[in-house]
Amino acid sequence: MGRLWIRGQHPDRLLAAVIVLLTALGMVYLYSTGAYYGAARFHDPTYYVKKQFMAVSLGLAVMYGVSCIEYTWITRRAGLFYFVSLLLSAAVLVVGKEYNGSKRWLAFGPLSFQPAEFAKAAVILLLASVISKKKAENAGFFFAVKIFLLILPSVILVGTNNLSTAVIILGIAACLIFMANPKYLQFAGLGAAAVVMAGIFLAMESYRLERIAVWLDPENYDKGFQTIQGLYAIGSGGLFGLGLGAGRQKLGFVPEAQNDMIFSIICEETGLVGALLLLSLFGFLIFRLYILSVRSRDLEGSLLLAGIMTHIALQVILNVAVVTNSIPNTGITLPFISYGGTSIVFLHGELGVALAVSRQVPHRTDSFLAAYTGYE
Amino acid sequence: MDTNKIFHRKKVRLLCFLFLICLLLLGCRLTYLMVIRGEYYSDKAQKLHERERPVKAARGKILDRNGKVLADNRAVTTVSVVHSQIGDAEEVIRVLSKNLGIEEEKVRKKVEKVSSMERIASNVDKETGDRIRKLGLSGVKVDEDYKRTYPYGELASRVLGFTGADNQGIIGLEVEYDSWLKGTNGTILSLTDAKGVDLSDTGESRIDAIDGWDLTTSLDLNMQLYAQQAAGKVLEEKQADRVSVLMMNPQNGEIYAMVNVPEFDLNDPYTLPQSSDGLTEEEKTELLNAMWRNPCLSDTYEPGSAFKIITASAALEAGKVTLEDQFFCNGYRIVEDRRIHCHKRTGHGAETFLQGIENSCNPVFMDVAQRLGAEAFYDSFERFGLLEKTGIDLPGEAGTIMHKLEDIGPVELATMAFGQSFQVTPVRMAATVSALINGGHRVIPHIGVKLTNADGSRENILTWDCTERIVSEKTSQTMQYALEKVVSEGGGSKAYIEGYAIGGKTATSQTLPRSAHRYIASFIGFAPADDPEILAMCIIEDPQGIYYGGTIAAPVVRDIFLNILPYLEIEKSTEEIDEG
Repeated sequence: MGRLWIRGQHPDRLLAAVIVLLTALGMVYLYSTGAYYGAARFHDPTYYVKKQFMAVSLGLAVMYGVSCIEYTWITRRAGLFYFVSLLLSAAVLVVGKEYNGSKRWLAFGPLSFQPAEFAKAAVILLLASVISKKKAENAGFFFAVKIFLLILPSVILVGTNNLSTAVIILGIAACLIFMANPKYLQFAGLGAAAVVMAGIFLAMESYRLERIAVWLDPENYDKGFQTIQGLYAIGSGGLFGLGLGAGRQKLGFVPEAQNDMIFSIICEETGLVGALLLLSLFGFLIFRLYILSVRSRDLEGSLLLAGIMTHIALQVILNVAVVTNSIPNTGITLPFISYGGTSIVFLHGELGVALAVSRQVPHRTDSFLAAYTGYE
Repeated sequence: MDTNKIFHRKKVRLLCFLFLICLLLLGCRLTYLMVIRGEYYSDKAQKLHERERPVKAARGKILDRNGKVLADNRAVTTVSVVHSQIGDAEEVIRVLSKNLGIEEEKVRKKVEKVSSMERIASNVDKETGDRIRKLGLSGVKVDEDYKRTYPYGELASRVLGFTGADNQGIIGLEVEYDSWLKGTNGTILSLTDAKGVDLSDTGESRIDAIDGWDLTTSLDLNMQLYAQQAAGKVLEEKQADRVSVLMMNPQNGEIYAMVNVPEFDLNDPYTLPQSSDGLTEEEKTELLNAMWRNPCLSDTYEPGSAFKIITASAALEAGKVTLEDQFFCNGYRIVEDRRIHCHKRTGHGAETFLQGIENSCNPVFMDVAQRLGAEAFYDSFERFGLLEKTGIDLPGEAGTIMHKLEDIGPVELATMAFGQSFQVTPVRMAATVSALINGGHRVIPHIGVKLTNADGSRENILTWDCTERIVSEKTSQTMQYALEKVVSEGGGSKAYIEGYAIGGKTATSQTLPRSAHRYIASFIGFAPADDPEILAMCIIEDPQGIYYGGTIAAPVVRDIFLNILPYLEIEKSTEEIDEG
């Protein structure tokens, strides 16, 4: 149990492959999308992709390193990670660097770091560790409240200037608590309560209600500009797209196309076929994480994989939903694809943990059906 | 230890299932957006990306009858800045200020103004524009344009007219033939990024401009120039307000020259001759409009004794008088309660109708009009076209100011006989007299002759044919004879040129109000008298000193004929030379 390095067993090759594929595609899309803004702002069309390449290199190295570590070594230190993430989240409120009107970055010389990305990973580690130590039968309502209180500081600190990420953290926590408890019905009630809470929360501030109005009719609101430009891009794609690099909407029409809205440009350039293929890749990643979760050797590993799965799934779903104007606009990046160094490094770090867990999945020879459903 | 219970696995499976369902739903949403709504959004996006730039069409030229260019185009450029595309603002300000000769402050104001496009200067020389374009400053746009130029400046200013900033005709032929002259602008459709910068890799679809049609006029540059010079001379000598000279072909209505001095500079039509300091915008506009007005067709006047041509023709045509009929002038006629004088207060004594025409004797014409009667006189008036506009191809023609038939009493009839108490335009007068002396058929005075498209492949010849007869050939010949006598033996003798048979009639009219003692001296002449090829009219407004048409206007026409008749290759009649 005290070992740091594990040897001998391979990590899951399919998972590794889909991660690498998504990472590589992300670089291609980012190059295509970011070239215009890079050239316009920094006289270098490769500005964004170069910076992202550095982050990706670091991320892949981190992923490989983490995948070689016995994951229990990490989860034993989950409390420490969580504490550090709280400190950093607090620090950003005080000495954070503002960019695009949000104070979300901590600057270390030329490097900048977004503590919110770290917070997501830390919460997954913490909850996997805490929940797995509790006997499942005792994981009742009060346990759920306790877990919620445990992550509340992180939600508050992150949510102060990054509401979307706080929502993701809450979503991850809710999913893991749901997993820990054998009951279903009370979660349905909880979900309903969450919807009501969200309604009250929205009604509290008129600008949030305006957001709803913009969502329903983006063409008639100034604030619907980004949404509308995204829809123009998506609609221009047709079946097979305009071709990589040939998109028009990235030329200053979709604001900050390399960030949250990058999926709209992918639709424009690779068409419905390309967009559905990309969604399928994400679907496969989610599915693979699920398979590994149900197969993992213990509850802690299973929870880790489920948390990571939830994290990626929530971000992909919310991002694509925003870009297609299926839900009101909120700033969530598309994993692997959107520009952002901290995000990609921590994402790869999390997936390093997933790979480390996958090394411990016992090799089974039972039926295909059992392997893919989790039934024994 | 295996704490990974079955219910845990079921729950992960449920979560995964829900996530995948969400992805599937999003896939459906995408399909809807990209397939069903695709056309709607891509159309909107396309419109957003396209930019239309006009390609200016060159305006058609205006030519004289010999192909001399009277109105031309100069290739110029318009320099503007696109705020969002400006890279180095200081450099832009410096370069534009230096090359365009505009103060840096003024340029800076425009460069720093946040607008989609700001015009720095228009009508910039092509060379200067090309030089600026070659520098390739980002944010600076140099667009091709045309500027209308008039090589002869003041020549026929009110006839040719000029164009405004948008290359649209404002007055004169430029307005009348605007739809032919202006051509059709083309467009360049190009794809741009959000700042409006053209994308070089997309190519552009181009609809070429169609240049305007050239207008060939009946004007003759030499005749116009000579008439302008002659008019200018008398304007100065007599310190008159204005002198107009109209020359036309009485056979077909083609106008050779239409002079109204002082003219104004077509290349600078917004500058008043007097200082415009202290004038309100409205007053200035009023003065400009007055300056641009063409008095030959927009102003009416009492034609005075020249109208006796019409009275005589009407009476001769009606058979109410012959040239040999005897009249007696005692110096006046009493009409109702009024005594209407002859210009010769002592009277002309006994005279034939021909002598009455030569002497321009008012009592003779009052008698003739009385013989004709109001109704017949009014009918002739109408038949001679005097109640309607001539239909000249220039904008702003005024109508005749005339009594109603039922209002014509003996006094009105008497005064109308020698051209008073009603008003016509000079061009109306010239057109009617042309018809009376050309053998008797009506003419439409006109300037446009033909339109030719830019590459000369198509031609549109304007037709002004008018065969309607207004008097018999006999009456017309009688008038030719009588009016020749006016010049050779009567009041028009100052227009006499040895060797030429010139017909004509003088006129001196007093403007309203009579108390102002302002006069209009005029003369209308034609040659050769027996087969007129040219008709010339000179109108001098408010001359100082002697104001008789026969004394001051007739010599102007004589001077013009002296040069123009040889120019038109009208030969002297040998008979006259023999006599001489």
